[in-house]
Amino acid sequence: MSELEELTACFENAGGNAGALSDAASAHLAASGHRILSSRTVEGLDVDARETSEGISAVVTVRRGVKLPNPVHLCFGMLHAEGLQRIEMQVALEEGAAAHFIAHCIFPKAEKVRHIMDASVRIADNAEMRYEETHYHGPYGGVEVVPKLAVTVGRNGRYFTDFTLTTGRVGTLAIDYTVEAGEDAVTELTARVFGHGKDDIRIRERVLLAGKNARGLIKTRIAIEDDATAEVTGITEGNAAGARGHVDCMEIVKDRAVARAVPIVEVHDPGAKVTHEAAIGSVDKRQMETLMAHGLSPEEAVDVIVKGALR
Amino acid sequence: MALLSVNDLVFETNGKGRGRILDGLSLTMEHAEVHALLGTNGTGKSTLAYLIMGCEGYRPAVGEILLEGASIGHLRIHERARLGITMTWQEPVRFEGISVADYLSLRNPGVDIDALLDLVGLNPAIYRSRMVDRSLSGGERKRIELASILSLHSKLAILDEPDSGIDLLSTKDIVNVIEACRKNGSAVLLITHREEIALIADRASQLCNGRIVCSGNPIRVAEHYKSRHCMTCNGVECHYV
Repeated sequence: MSELEELTACFENAGGNAGALSDAASAHLAASGHRILSSRTVEGLDVDARETSEGISAVVTVRRGVKLPNPVHLCFGMLHAEGLQRIEMQVALEEGAAAHFIAHCIFPKAEKVRHIMDASVRIADNAEMRYEETHYHGPYGGVEVVPKLAVTVGRNGRYFTDFTLTTGRVGTLAIDYTVEAGEDAVTELTARVFGHGKDDIRIRERVLLAGKNARGLIKTRIAIEDDATAEVTGITEGNAAGARGHVDCMEIVKDRAVARAVPIVEVHDPGAKVTHEAAIGSVDKRQMETLMAHGLSPEEAVDVIVKGALR
Repeated sequence: MALLSVNDLVFETNGKGRGRILDGLSLTMEHAEVHALLGTNGTGKSTLAYLIMGCEGYRPAVGEILLEGASIGHLRIHERARLGITMTWQEPVRFEGISVADYLSLRNPGVDIDALLDLVGLNPAIYRSRMVDRSLSGGERKRIELASILSLHSKLAILDEPDSGIDLLSTKDIVNVIEACRKNGSAVLLITHREEIALIADRASQLCNGRIVCSGNPIRVAEHYKSRHCMTCNGVECHYV
């Protein structure tokens, strides 16, 4: 089996649409370690991807006014047990462009793997980008993932991101995302992570509502069990009139796991309003009782609640 | 044999006679009987429901609860549910990431979801895929809870104030649910503030100060409740069960 076939099989097991990689109407970029295994582009999308000594460097541009009809699939992974993968990406959506990126980061055999992503995204006026990112780190917890992302969203632009790591172990995860939203821009950052064993989860997401009437939501759903730890820092700054932001963090804790939530809301303009809510603890008693009154055992009830929260 | 027998139930929040919520309450229900439990705020209606369901922190100081002659006092909620008792709460909780369709089929995957939603006045095309979360209004959530009760085909469904939070026109939907329970052979313990809702029951009881002060024909019990007599006598003078 070639490396691409093996990566494709893992991609499919992790929930990816393997058919999309052979679909001529969909763009994709697949890389294992520092090797580009496959790529395709479509009309209106420019991709300049290069192999570096430690990973991949890519410049992605969606041209002015182009609304890509199909998602762009990104598949980054490492099939070896040990190694380093460094991804550097610069993404630009020109004025009025729209694109949906679906990324899978797969490390099925990882015992000592580092995955570092350093990305910048520039969304021009009236452009929209959706970025769905699903990770699978295998069963051993031997992965350190450090994604860093800086996004600017222009006037009336849209940026939505959804990070999911709910199958297998996490290892060490240190997310650091910052989004600056301009006038009338909208951004939503969602992260769902399920930690086990000695997984260590650190999420820092920051939304700067810089333009008038900008809106932002940071939504984090974490479940941790065994000896896992999680620290979630959600920062929203309201810096312009009419800006509205909300930080919503929920962490479900089982066993000896330890969770911490740090919502930071800051307002620099009296016309802005930013709110936050954080709930940390074991599974809600009333939710448990309701499901148990339907005949579910306590274990089944916890399972339903946790899976629902992470969906 | 009675479906449910509640015998001389005493429940105290602080123990040793303090904070007594239920004071020697007894109640029996037959199979497929619809029994309305009327009472003003703080009379112990919901407490009785929690005790029958076996909720955490609700164990009687004195008395016993029997289902078809067997004591269920030692059983946890899900064990009682599997014997055929279920309950809707006054304010149903929300669940993130669980669709209405999934929620209604939690214990019964083959259930006819559309028929259940129709019965509680919700359009299946709209509500099937909605989440049972904060996006639902209080009334919508309550209707879904009523539909879920029907999906379970339980022996005893405890409905804790199903009429609160639902507009008056929707009383019809509550009646539909109760009729459907009857048809399924389920008994219903219907807890309510509203005497007109109680009239659909086979029997009714009025609770006051932790005791049943009036029991029998729903019309007679509703009249007594309407008189608000117990609010002045505190359940002492009108104790004519």
